[in-house]
Amino acid sequence: MVFSNEQRRRADTVRTMSSLLLDSAALQRTFARMAHEIAEANPDVGSLVLVGIQRGGVPVARRLAFELGQVFGRPVPCGTLDVTFYRDDLNQRTAPTVNPTEIPGDIQGKTVVLVDDVFFTGRTIRAAMDALHEFGRPSRVQLAVVIDRGHRQLPIRPDVVGKEVATLLSQSVQVRCSQGGVDDGVFLRDTATLSSAPSVS
Amino acid sequence: MIWNRKHLLDLQSLSAEEIIHVLDTAREFKAVGERSIKKVPALRGKTVINLFVEPSTRTRISFELAALRLSADVINFSAEASSLKKGETLKDTARNLEALNADIIILRHGASGAPHFLARFLGAHVLNAGDGAHEHPTQGLLDVFTIREKKGRVDGLNVTILGDILYSRVARSNIWALTKLGAKVTLCGPPTLVPKSFESFAPNVRVTWNIDEALRDADVINLLRIQHERQKASMFPSTGEYAALFGLNTARMTKVKSDALIMHPGPINRGVEIASSIADGPQSVILEQVTNGLAVRMAALYLVNGGASLQVAG
Repeated sequence: MVFSNEQRRRADTVRTMSSLLLDSAALQRTFARMAHEIAEANPDVGSLVLVGIQRGGVPVARRLAFELGQVFGRPVPCGTLDVTFYRDDLNQRTAPTVNPTEIPGDIQGKTVVLVDDVFFTGRTIRAAMDALHEFGRPSRVQLAVVIDRGHRQLPIRPDVVGKEVATLLSQSVQVRCSQGGVDDGVFLRDTATLSSAPSVS
Repeated sequence: MIWNRKHLLDLQSLSAEEIIHVLDTAREFKAVGERSIKKVPALRGKTVINLFVEPSTRTRISFELAALRLSADVINFSAEASSLKKGETLKDTARNLEALNADIIILRHGASGAPHFLARFLGAHVLNAGDGAHEHPTQGLLDVFTIREKKGRVDGLNVTILGDILYSRVARSNIWALTKLGAKVTLCGPPTLVPKSFESFAPNVRVTWNIDEALRDADVINLLRIQHERQKASMFPSTGEYAALFGLNTARMTKVKSDALIMHPGPINRGVEIASSIADGPQSVILEQVTNGLAVRMAALYLVNGGASLQVAG
């Protein structure tokens, strides 16, 4: 996406106004704790599959899969899921970009942990459950999220939560963890000044 | 990249960025076709009408299956058994279909510009499935999709299009897509079917009537069928002579690069433009083009459906 200078200037303004919810070290500890909670709930590592929801959930799922690999001493399969076609607002917008869906192996009878970065209205997770079931019938589906920011619109509850944060609807939460370095962290931004920007959901 | 086109009428008016966006989207739809459940609800509740005023089997089936795999409802309308035979105009036919709340109309027509004409007054989305000798955008897109998938790039490749260029909408759509993505295009065939004037079509297009020269450096060879149905006069003495002078036979194949792709939009005439052993050989990607055509058409339907109605057609 190409930004105009004006958009860039505004984005810079917002960045300076954003507050840090978790720094790189705290985020790393959060991932480690989430991995242990997933491991505790799922001692049978052979039936465990992590699936990151495109796009924010994908790097989170990879990090959790890495941590779980350390805990179990063997790799845990990790895939990606694009929920675009299953969204309930698909017809209210221009065709969103479709990202890869890669489900590792057969999920029939497995425990699938859906992973997302920010848990908000619950609509993405509803779409994800529909999308996932096209690939088979898992014995259980769980949900792991880094940030639960509230404002649920559907009766969906996460199993593993990194941090609960009270937010305003006008704010957005950004989880940055693809680099695995010092730039990582969770940020709360006030988007009221950036009315034209798409909200992170 | 945000796709904001209401219609897909031609490739001439698309930017390289838009073409790449369709190809990237098609890649994800190809993956959908490889699943055990090959259907997604992207066009659930939408009505797609295949308006094929000129006969076609493969393109119609490909579009029909593409729409079905997106969960749309599809109606096929062919000219032979229709009100067009009773003297209804294309405009009235299209308006009647729109009155049935059609969301997308896929038009195949013998007249160049027919889809552009519909797009001017219809509220529905219009997809060009081939208009006269003008364009066949989804064929051009599936050809560059196949090249990109097999070669990893399009930029800098030498692509030879061999055969009936003059009457070919496939050639025109290919020329636009290939040159926009940075390929060098060589057109070859009998002088009556490959006018020198095609060199002014787009940059990086050259015409040669020497088949050995056209094949030598080619990374991709796209063979086109002789379109007898479109030729008003005899453009060459006989099919036998065409096969001898411009057919891709085993002797010529020995001079072709060993990793060159052999493509053909179909239907193929074995023994005329291509020898049977080459059509079925290891360098042929003819059937993969068919598979990719489905993915590209799913992508085109999906993107056009989401395209806002802001764009002025033309």
